[in-house]
Amino acid sequence: MSVEAWTTVLVILSFIVYIYIGWRSRVSDTKGFFVAEQGVPAVANGAATAADWMSAASFISMAGLISFLGYDGSIYLIGWTGGYVLLALLLAPYLRKFGKYTVPDFVGDRYYSNVARSVAVVAAIFVSMTYVAGQMRGVGIVFSRFLQVDVSTGVVIGMVIVAFFAILGGMKGITWTQVAQYCVLIVAYLIPAFAISMLLTGIFVPQLGFTFGDIVEKLNAVQVDLGFAEYSQPFANKSMLDVLFITIALMVGTAGLPHVIVRFYTVPNVRAARYSAGWALLFIAILYTTAPAIASFARYNLIDSLHNKTVAEVQQLDWATKWENTGLLQFEDKNGDGRFQLTPEEASNEIIVDRDIIVLANPEVAQLAPWVVALVAAGGLAAALSTASGLLLVISSSIAHDVYYRMVNPHASEAKRLMVGRVMVGFAIAIAGYFGINPPGFVAQVVAFAFGLAAASFFPVIILGIFDKRTNKEGAIAGMITGLAFTIFYIVGVKFAGMPTWFFNVSAEGIGTVGMILNFVVTLVVSRLTPPPPADIQALVEELRDPTHHVPIALTDIGEEQLD
Amino acid sequence: MNDLNPREIYWRKNKALIRNLLIVWAVVSLGMSILFVQPLNSFNLGRVPFGFWMAQQGVIYVFVVLIFIYAIQMDKLDRKYGNGSGKKPD
Repeated sequence: MSVEAWTTVLVILSFIVYIYIGWRSRVSDTKGFFVAEQGVPAVANGAATAADWMSAASFISMAGLISFLGYDGSIYLIGWTGGYVLLALLLAPYLRKFGKYTVPDFVGDRYYSNVARSVAVVAAIFVSMTYVAGQMRGVGIVFSRFLQVDVSTGVVIGMVIVAFFAILGGMKGITWTQVAQYCVLIVAYLIPAFAISMLLTGIFVPQLGFTFGDIVEKLNAVQVDLGFAEYSQPFANKSMLDVLFITIALMVGTAGLPHVIVRFYTVPNVRAARYSAGWALLFIAILYTTAPAIASFARYNLIDSLHNKTVAEVQQLDWATKWENTGLLQFEDKNGDGRFQLTPEEASNEIIVDRDIIVLANPEVAQLAPWVVALVAAGGLAAALSTASGLLLVISSSIAHDVYYRMVNPHASEAKRLMVGRVMVGFAIAIAGYFGINPPGFVAQVVAFAFGLAAASFFPVIILGIFDKRTNKEGAIAGMITGLAFTIFYIVGVKFAGMPTWFFNVSAEGIGTVGMILNFVVTLVVSRLTPPPPADIQALVEELRDPTHHVPIALTDIGEEQLD
Repeated sequence: MNDLNPREIYWRKNKALIRNLLIVWAVVSLGMSILFVQPLNSFNLGRVPFGFWMAQQGVIYVFVVLIFIYAIQMDKLDRKYGNGSGKKPD
């Protein structure tokens, strides 16, 4: 069977599984719709969190990024895993104890203020929207590359699938499809990795092949020959300070992303929240420790099979021709010697490789069977769909729960709230699909926003809300606004207005770290200059710290007139 | 407030555990993988420089272990101080 036939079969099969699971997990109340009835076991929530977390970017682009950055690519590996330690130790258990539906719920209740709640809602929607547009685009690209379907058609098919299980099953449907999607994506990632490791290093496990094989050594030597920095040499592309700041911003941003945090509302108790963070990171680590191995193998393979080869030799490579047609691989014999050379200088470099093809083309470069190539396509779709669905639910719950129920119509009936929730998911899918088909030109650049803004807004106010009883609404609101304003100003200035990176040359990706520190300082200082929070709020914080009560805390009874 | 009730002891021990684990977290990630990666690269683990290996492999394994240590240690604290502390009036 051809690659296309295999891809069609595997993609349709996986979609049938998702739809079946979505149908089985349909829900009829808001607790099921927003927090999956708080009945998800720790291990299952771990797998769902891993799928939720690992997007098209992790699956398709990350290994490629690392393979071009070498050591400096570690910012993604450390940043996108280290945040889970913060989440497990500082946030997840207490947010689960709090026991509500959303992140703005916590911010609004803990800081007894609808202003704080609104700031949190806006930040949650903005962060999730920037993130989801990229996912729908990823769905469209996988469809168009592997199935020769138009990108727009691909996006629409993806929208219909997500809409089915998200509208019917809400968080419950999303959770159980994410568990299935994790299985698909991890198998799809590992099979080619094992095969390539065996091929290049003779060691079956890629992590071991990377450590005990000779590929990194060889790659270092080849890179130096070609005039590049050694692959393992630190700070070849970014300064130490920039690497440090980006890593911290990604870690803290990860811990502050609403679609990750809400996953911990779905487990039965505090203890399950702690373990499920561990399971989540373990499941993530399986992919994240494989990625750097794939990155070095692919880099070596690519140089080995393309550099200094004659035009005729390259044309004989089936995959090279195929990817050249997509524009992601480009050759130009600039010096006219009949061979293609890879060099660090743009003027003389004759081979241009898009980072996205590292994972997608890897099985073909290594000449693996067509069904493996097809599996990678299904895995990429699983990664994009699972992340998109998690984000869509956050957008829906921010509007249906935080804005509609908590602020506009607190007396809404259960049925009405559920209906608004479903409508909002559909609405969010439509917007996400629109951006997937008509991507704003700045999608790649706004990803820095998502992490920077999550780091500069949510992380400090949630931590202080739990660990510092004295933090009050004045402090939290001032802190969030300062952190957000500074971070937005710097990112927009650097990315769009040509502002120099005046803060010690820290790039836009790393500035969230500074925004976070500003937020902490402003929140602490302003809180001390204004009256302490009321007694019932201090009692709430006491309750959060005690895991023995497994009943939700009764705070909803403060009258709406007490909220400003 | 001098004689601590179980809930306060529990909270202090929890904070001490979090502090210790976060020190390890910072040392392996920010320290060994970034600030001190160059000196650590002077020796190898397997066939790759050690600092580089920490940044691309080791640090992730340590993270996973840290979270499970926290969960297991907290189980012990929960058992020791959990009973009764939740019933105390605030």
